[in-house]
Amino acid sequence: MTDTRPLKPITADARRAEIFRLALGNPKVIAGLVILATLLALGLAAPLLSGHGPSDYVGPRAEPPSADFWFGTTLFGQDVFVQFANGIRSTYVVGLLAGGIGALVGMTVGFVAGYRGGVVDEILSMITNVVLVLPAFAVLIILAAYVGIDSVVHQSVFIGAFSWPWVARAVRAQTFSLRSREFVDLARLTGVRPLTIIRTEIGPNMGSYLLLVFIVLFGGSILTAASLDFLGLGPPGQMSLGLMMNQALQSSALVLGIWWWFLPPGIGIVLIVGALYVTNIGLDDVFNPKLRKM
Amino acid sequence: MGRYFGRKSIVYALTCIVAVTINWLVPRFMPGDPVLQMLISRGPDTNPEQTAVIMDYYNRLFGFDVPLWQQYLNYWGALFKGDLGVSVWLFPTPVADVVLRALPYTLGLLLPAILLSWFLGNKVGAMAARRKWLDNSVLPVGYVLTATPYMWLAILLAWSLGIVAGIFPTAGGYGFDLQPAVSWEFASSLAMHWFLPFLSLFLVAFGGWAIGMRNLVIYELESDYANYLAALGAPPRLIRRYAFRNAILPQVTGLALQLGVLVGGSILTEVVFAYPGLGNLVFQALLHRDFFLLQGVVLFIVIGVLVANFVIDVVYVLVDPRTRAGMQGVSA
Repeated sequence: MTDTRPLKPITADARRAEIFRLALGNPKVIAGLVILATLLALGLAAPLLSGHGPSDYVGPRAEPPSADFWFGTTLFGQDVFVQFANGIRSTYVVGLLAGGIGALVGMTVGFVAGYRGGVVDEILSMITNVVLVLPAFAVLIILAAYVGIDSVVHQSVFIGAFSWPWVARAVRAQTFSLRSREFVDLARLTGVRPLTIIRTEIGPNMGSYLLLVFIVLFGGSILTAASLDFLGLGPPGQMSLGLMMNQALQSSALVLGIWWWFLPPGIGIVLIVGALYVTNIGLDDVFNPKLRKM
Repeated sequence: MGRYFGRKSIVYALTCIVAVTINWLVPRFMPGDPVLQMLISRGPDTNPEQTAVIMDYYNRLFGFDVPLWQQYLNYWGALFKGDLGVSVWLFPTPVADVVLRALPYTLGLLLPAILLSWFLGNKVGAMAARRKWLDNSVLPVGYVLTATPYMWLAILLAWSLGIVAGIFPTAGGYGFDLQPAVSWEFASSLAMHWFLPFLSLFLVAFGGWAIGMRNLVIYELESDYANYLAALGAPPRLIRRYAFRNAILPQVTGLALQLGVLVGGSILTEVVFAYPGLGNLVFQALLHRDFFLLQGVVLFIVIGVLVANFVIDVVYVLVDPRTRAGMQGVSA
């Protein structure tokens, strides 16, 4: 306290630049992002790659990978590579949307429950706990079978609606500990509205954590969506990696040895979800100085 | 402790009510007559007599002539009597019978896979923490395994070990030429058919537990009490044992949270191997548009997961001295 030199204020911009610099120096983050970006580019380019759709019958039946058909063809003569690229595309859409919805709902519930406390907290926590113990995948099967899923957006809403509880619990706990800090008290005393406090005082202090949460939800949603597609409960007419596995299995691709049909979709999912997890660990190192030395 | 179980019981009771209500609500508020629609979607009416019986049965069961609240109560009444309706696909077998026949297969698959993966995953994860050479192999393998979709690993194993190597059978619960009997031949066939689905469930789950445990143990080893013990000159083995005991608690909670995912995984795995358990029933019910069977199986799964959750809560209290002593403990 004897040092009376004015502290150089660390602006938000400076901090962001620092984080950015550290993130770009982290091999895990770089490796993860490179894989994600490459596959994303492939998914985005999917419609440009060839003139035909993923379900069109364009080639000879069950042909192994060749110069014409990079990933070979299915038992019915569909281009596996075109199916793969389109599947990657819808995988990203469902992951981003469902992950985003899950994160949004979880954060909202967590912030409100943690900040308001009292009866509101009791009710929201009860709802959170109920959805938490409900086996989401089983309920999703019932919903998808009856209500039907007619688009990727629809599927994402369903998945997001059941993936939020653990986020809500974690955010609630953190909000709880943050709301009694001095800077929050100060904001409250000066008459700042609760929503603004959450947005400008509490939110930024959890920013890094929320990003990590979103990445985990992103990966989880991809796995759930692929599982639903695999059971034939995905959006009709929409090619996806899960549907590719479904069709391969239903057409006895295993017995017939058409490995180029059922290997790519799984590799695609493992790559995307694995890259997300690796990015996540890398970012954790960046945000958490304690881990940085390791 | 009473308070802890009180809160938990309320959550489980509420969840059970919510699950049953969703199960009752969803078909009822769909446009059109679900019974008729299901029967139509099954294709041309080849057996009018059977159709009439089913129509009559379900209209009576759903009691469309009574007010909505009474329909709801009737549904609960039937449920308590263990009446889940009649399967359309396997007409006229009651859904409850179909489910009970498939249950041993799913339990035989799930219980060993969950318990073994949890146990070994924790052991390996704890060993990997702070052992560079082991960590460098366990961590990447663990992350790849958790990123793997259940059905794909199942497909991979069925194809490589089953079809290419020809070591294990890839479909069914036992040889197609066998009848269930107490004999060596049947038992060995059962075991051979069981192994691949088990292995595939086990591996995916194992990766998750190993990573979780590794991170938790590292966190514990960095905590003040571990540093203090080290400063006092305590042997590393002792510190690691303390760290392990503290890290195991979140893993018990994690087990409860992961149950739903694991059960979902077994559904997918059973589909790949055409294993005659609940998961395959879900798939068959979807294929044959037998919604009554589907609902019955799913409801059964939901209640099973709730019961298992409750068991884990009891175990948690036994393991965690804080909840045992009724101190702060975990929040419900």
